[in-house]
Amino acid sequence: MTLQGWLLILAFVGLLLALTKPMGLWLHALYEGRRTPLHGVLGPIERGFYKVSGVDPTEEMGWKRYAVHMLVFNAVLMLFTYAVLRLQAVLPLNPNAFAALPQHLAANTAISFTTNTNWQSYSGESTMSNLSQMLGLTIHNFMSAATGIALAFAFFRGFARRESRTIGNFWADCTRITLYLLLPISIVYALYLVASGVPQTLAGSVDVTTLEGAKQTLILGPVASQEAIKMLGTNGGGFFNANSAHPFENPSAATNFVQMISIFLIGFGLTWTFGKAVGNTRQGWAILSAMIMIFLVGVAVCYWQEASGNPIVHHLGVVGANMEGKEVRFGAAASALFAAVTTAASCGAVNAMHDSFTALGGMIPLINIQLGEVVVGGVGAGVYGFLLFAILAVFVAGLMVGRTPEYVGKKIEGREVKLAVLAIAVLPLIILGFTAVSAVVGAGLAGPLNKGPHGFTEILYAFTSAVGNNGSAFAGLTASTPYYDSMLGVAMWIGRFFIIVPMLAIAGSLAAKKYTPETAGSFPTTGVLWVGLLVGIVLILGGLTFLPSLALGPIADHLAMIAGKTF
Amino acid sequence: MSNDITASLRPALVMTGLFAALLGIGYPLAMTGIAQALFPHQANGSLVVENGRPIGSELIGQGFASPRYFHPRPSAAGKGYDGTASSGSNFGPTSQPLVDRIKGDIANLKPAAAGRPIPADLVTASASGLDPDISPAAALYQVAQIARVRGIPEARLTQLVNASVETPMLPFLGDPHVNVFSLNRQLDALAAPIEH
Repeated sequence: MTLQGWLLILAFVGLLLALTKPMGLWLHALYEGRRTPLHGVLGPIERGFYKVSGVDPTEEMGWKRYAVHMLVFNAVLMLFTYAVLRLQAVLPLNPNAFAALPQHLAANTAISFTTNTNWQSYSGESTMSNLSQMLGLTIHNFMSAATGIALAFAFFRGFARRESRTIGNFWADCTRITLYLLLPISIVYALYLVASGVPQTLAGSVDVTTLEGAKQTLILGPVASQEAIKMLGTNGGGFFNANSAHPFENPSAATNFVQMISIFLIGFGLTWTFGKAVGNTRQGWAILSAMIMIFLVGVAVCYWQEASGNPIVHHLGVVGANMEGKEVRFGAAASALFAAVTTAASCGAVNAMHDSFTALGGMIPLINIQLGEVVVGGVGAGVYGFLLFAILAVFVAGLMVGRTPEYVGKKIEGREVKLAVLAIAVLPLIILGFTAVSAVVGAGLAGPLNKGPHGFTEILYAFTSAVGNNGSAFAGLTASTPYYDSMLGVAMWIGRFFIIVPMLAIAGSLAAKKYTPETAGSFPTTGVLWVGLLVGIVLILGGLTFLPSLALGPIADHLAMIAGKTF
Repeated sequence: MSNDITASLRPALVMTGLFAALLGIGYPLAMTGIAQALFPHQANGSLVVENGRPIGSELIGQGFASPRYFHPRPSAAGKGYDGTASSGSNFGPTSQPLVDRIKGDIANLKPAAAGRPIPADLVTASASGLDPDISPAAALYQVAQIARVRGIPEARLTQLVNASVETPMLPFLGDPHVNVFSLNRQLDALAAPIEH
């Protein structure tokens, strides 16, 4: 570990903290539907969209209607992408003449991008035409992110509104977030990436003759436009198989830093927006503090392990950090930080291969996802996931002192707690259940590349990533089989929507409640005690369930590694 | 509930079409147009052209096998530095195939600088399989071997390597590195007067 490495981590968190309030303010304007400076330019597009689709943006929706419109829209988007991928061979902009995707792969990919997972069972540069990348996939990078943020807005309204039957308008939320937030940032961001070396062309490839006279084919395409929203929207689905490790996606240490910042930017801002929405920005800073504490512990462990290197490799006469699966221009610190960021958020883009991390270094990304990706989390999904833990935390605190729990002016009662438990229990149930099945059936066991405990970790990581809607992988696992495509597809769908529906039900239930003013007897939800309680609840409820599976996978792998045992 | 579903169909279908046109077609095409106008070099792959022919990209690593050149890192992209198949090895930390591969690569290095500690990046596969860079230590490790084959003084090559080290704008953002393609082109330029 070096001073420079720690400086990187400090600069990263420091810059994000400085950007939290400006981003939060912008999001709050969209949350309230206020006019922004961009309305002058994009306002006509917004109004046009409503007009053509017959949407009245002022119509208020109850939680059920909000949920139905969101679900139907996502289903249509998913079918649209399925169709684009199945028809790829006959559609235009296919310069490398790729065939249509088989059914299981097209379905898996359509679900994957709809659910903001961006799990990729395929290798982009040898599977997807330029049209599929643009029309089939980039659109989801916007819409799944907009859906996530819209849902967070709806959840905030549940806390903020008093005796109300409604939580906003899905179409207005979704359209405004896309037009006034995601699209403008993506345009500037994509241009920065192109200037830094990321290709943006409709050409398919170019052949070069290398210095030694060999032929090398370089795949090109509209990379920058997809890369920008892939990071900003915490989607993570790369244009190329190697994702943000590919020099065409992430050419330099500077672009790498910007990519990491852009993964967390909206997630940080949303915590401030939440505080503002419930009338006390300290509420937002409190949950952000808890998130950052958990995040920093993970980063420190991961960086320490990766910088220390692999003793089995050192034994062969090699010195230095664990560089297997890492790029030299990033090095150990920027690779470990990226791994922690992409899994704390539900991004799933990678700039290094998590499969080749040291055992404990690779366990950190796994744990980050298993905690429910509530440490900052995916755009929208992170903050509403964290608020579900906050509901449980006030419930636990209420049990300890014998009072009806309250949170930001709302009484938390049996219905909310039950729904929150339902949403949170989905994650371990599906991850551990599907992993267990795959660890015994033949089609599951055919997947792993590595043998021994590391092979088990590859399976565990795949289902963790799918249910958590992350999309990163221990990529040694061969997942483009009908078995894994189907199992992971189901896991992604459940992981997204089986949490969203109970969450919206809580929002509806809270919105209908009266405001309960804070009294001397209320448990304060802004101080150090509260932050500590939140961290504890997230670790115990989110993490403890997975401890036995971690013992079988990464911990056993670590013990083998220090004992010099190979498989 | 069923009323809600019926009512949601029109906006869902129409919005899908509108957003597809705006985000799936309009946005990438507009970005392509602007990128091609403002940054044509980068937008088309940062190609290096010599005598009218592209000989590589500044950003993408090439495989070098000849003892006359600095060697890049082992690559898991296809059969090595295959631009159509970016990939890491995905070998875990306790993988026997990883140990076997590293042993093989070390055996190939041995004549170069027997007994010296080997910089990790020189015998490990990168994440993309297309890593254009090696660490300064990995470049210096190869200097003695190349000096012997090319008949260039070691001090001259060390100087060349040191002059080729790139550091990020803010040094803590990433590690110092040497672009192997660019280094080898300079190496050829250095040797050229002797060949005349």
